[in-house]
Amino acid sequence: MHLAYPTVVAALLFSVGVYGVLARRNAILVLMSVELMLNAVNLNLVTFDVWYQDELHGGQVLTLFTIVIAAAEIGLGLAIVLLVFRNRKMIDVDRLRTLAEEDGPRPRPAEPESEPESEPEAVDAQ
Amino acid sequence: MIWLASLVALPPFLAAFAGMLFGPSLTRAVRGLPGGGPGVIACVPVGVSTVLSAVVAFVAWRDPEPRTGVLSLVDTGSVPVEVGLQVDGLSAVVALMVCCVALAVQVYSVAYMRGDRRYSSYAAFISLFTSAMLLVVYAGDLLLLYVGWEVMGICSYFLIGHHWEERANSRAAVKAFLVTRLGDAGFLIGVIVLGVGAGTFQITEIVARAGQLPGSTVTAAALLLLAGVAGKSAQFPLHTWLPDAMAGPTPISALIHAATMVAAGVYVIARLNPVFLAAPGALTVLALMAVISMVGAACAALAQDDLKRVLAYSTISQLAVMAAGLAVGAKSAAVFHLLTHGAFKALLFLAAGCVIVTAGSNMLRDYGGLRHGMPITFGAMTVGLAALAGVPPFSGWFSKDSIIEAAQHSALHGGELGGLVHTSFVVKRGEGFVLGTNEPHTLPGGVAWLVYLGLLATVALTAAYAMRMWLMTFFGETRGSYEVRDPSRVMTWTIEALAVPAAILGFFGLGASELRPHLGASLLSVLLVALGAGAAFLVWNRDPALDPARALGPVRPVFARGFFVDELYAAAIVRPVKALARYVVTFDRIGVDAAVVGTGHGARRLAELFRLPQNGNPQTYLTGLLAGVVVIVAGVVIFL
Repeated sequence: MHLAYPTVVAALLFSVGVYGVLARRNAILVLMSVELMLNAVNLNLVTFDVWYQDELHGGQVLTLFTIVIAAAEIGLGLAIVLLVFRNRKMIDVDRLRTLAEEDGPRPRPAEPESEPESEPEAVDAQ
Repeated sequence: MIWLASLVALPPFLAAFAGMLFGPSLTRAVRGLPGGGPGVIACVPVGVSTVLSAVVAFVAWRDPEPRTGVLSLVDTGSVPVEVGLQVDGLSAVVALMVCCVALAVQVYSVAYMRGDRRYSSYAAFISLFTSAMLLVVYAGDLLLLYVGWEVMGICSYFLIGHHWEERANSRAAVKAFLVTRLGDAGFLIGVIVLGVGAGTFQITEIVARAGQLPGSTVTAAALLLLAGVAGKSAQFPLHTWLPDAMAGPTPISALIHAATMVAAGVYVIARLNPVFLAAPGALTVLALMAVISMVGAACAALAQDDLKRVLAYSTISQLAVMAAGLAVGAKSAAVFHLLTHGAFKALLFLAAGCVIVTAGSNMLRDYGGLRHGMPITFGAMTVGLAALAGVPPFSGWFSKDSIIEAAQHSALHGGELGGLVHTSFVVKRGEGFVLGTNEPHTLPGGVAWLVYLGLLATVALTAAYAMRMWLMTFFGETRGSYEVRDPSRVMTWTIEALAVPAAILGFFGLGASELRPHLGASLLSVLLVALGAGAAFLVWNRDPALDPARALGPVRPVFARGFFVDELYAAAIVRPVKALARYVVTFDRIGVDAAVVGTGHGARRLAELFRLPQNGNPQTYLTGLLAGVVVIVAGVVIFL
């Protein structure tokens, strides 16, 4: 089998994954897209392992590692998504803007009645 | 000897240290002793100091040669600072007086402050106050003296504000602190001018070189020192803190007025007397200040409604009498009056404390007819007031008389300062210093007359207000509804013990020729005492239920408000300073602050543009990252 077929499939898979990560709104679908990218990498590893006819089958071994790591990663990711959902009743990535700096001037530190750094997450957690 | 002197000041200092740091645990350790734990910590060290200072005074009396000792030398690069003590007749006698009064105050406080929850720190501050005053008294170096001087300032602040829960009390403490601070600034500069001018801070050296220093240096230093003295000794124009300092507990008033704080100013002038004698200008200022203070304060005392304020104004007046004595060159007479005043003023304040405890009020109008219920207090107060007014043969008569004698001599001889100063019993070395300068020390003749007449007027006024206070407190109808009886025995014992020196201390002056009363001057002063007291009695006798001060008529409110000096200062100094402070705050907010805040806002507005891509959505960031990678890869592929 020509090398082009599996590599092209891997490239397409990876592109689909990148698109999903960048464009999807649902956090779970974003995670799934990450899996797609990982699997594209796995496909490449297996392909080149066969192509080089490696005695130790390093590519296949590395694939097993990647699968294990992907399992762990998806476990963590789903746990985070679950917590976000419990806190906010939604997992829309577009609306999770906590990383942004708040708009408007910061409250002056001399005024004790307003907290200088109010974390919306903390407020929501309560 | 020097070690003994340093040991005198040490026990109260250690007691203060122990009381402040280990108060509760020490109290538990010595609970079983009589008088309670903190009382023992307070009284025993002062008692030890009293014994030691008596030994020092005895040795100084047997062998009057001054002794100096340097405990340590601080090399400053220019004028070295010796941490040294000096013991001579003057310091030994004053230290003994300080220790005795402090001991009386501590013992009295045990009963007076019973149940006060801050007694431990109160007693510790009294101990610190005492040791600071002893440091001032024994200091052989001006900067060491200044250390004690400053420690006293802060102790007086804490003690006057002991009941700080009431706003008026804490305001009084702040006022005392600020007013004395104003004088202390001048005092420090004066010390430095004097030390740099003489090339040393050692008091003996400065005193010896005072005559050779340039006149301008000596005059400037003396005037600056005088500012500090006016602040500490509550002389015009810095006297306003003393009447307000009555906010403190009564034993504190006794301590401040009799032994420590206010005595320190007069003591410093006596210590540096040759410096002042070498500066006739400063001496004239001192004389004028004394005349204004003594007559003005005596008039103000005449119209006060508050028992303690009467005594406060009398302190200002009596200190001014001492200052007048120093101004006319009667140093030993002034120191003598300092000692007798220490005895009878401590007695008066502690007896007043007994009256206040019994009556539960400071106001004279709430007293009346107390002599039957409290015979011990009545007797003690009578002795104290007789000594204050100068009734022979009580102590005040001898000491005041010797000052009047010197003032009379000065007035009659065109301002010549009393030759008395050279042979005084406390200044054995006076001859060498004063005569060595070979300059006639004179006051302007008019000023000398003014001092003399002021003293005579003060004698009459003092007798009048003492009589008024005595009659209103102990005679006439009882005006209060409280049980009249002498307070606890600890308090009455203390005032009985103090009544003895207040009565007989004057006879010790007979040993020195210049302190012996002379017929002419003493007859005149006795006559004036009789005049003043008689006038007060006649006015009172017309209607014992009323205040004799009503005879003052329209000037009574002026006297009662202390000649409106406080109001004058409020208008001339306090309000402009407050307005300036408000202006500075405004300027700070709209000028300095606004510039800083404006810079911050400007930077933030500038950053808004660059902040637009930072919207908190990681997907956008990743897109940017990917686009960057693509561009770089494309660049590499195309251009390389």
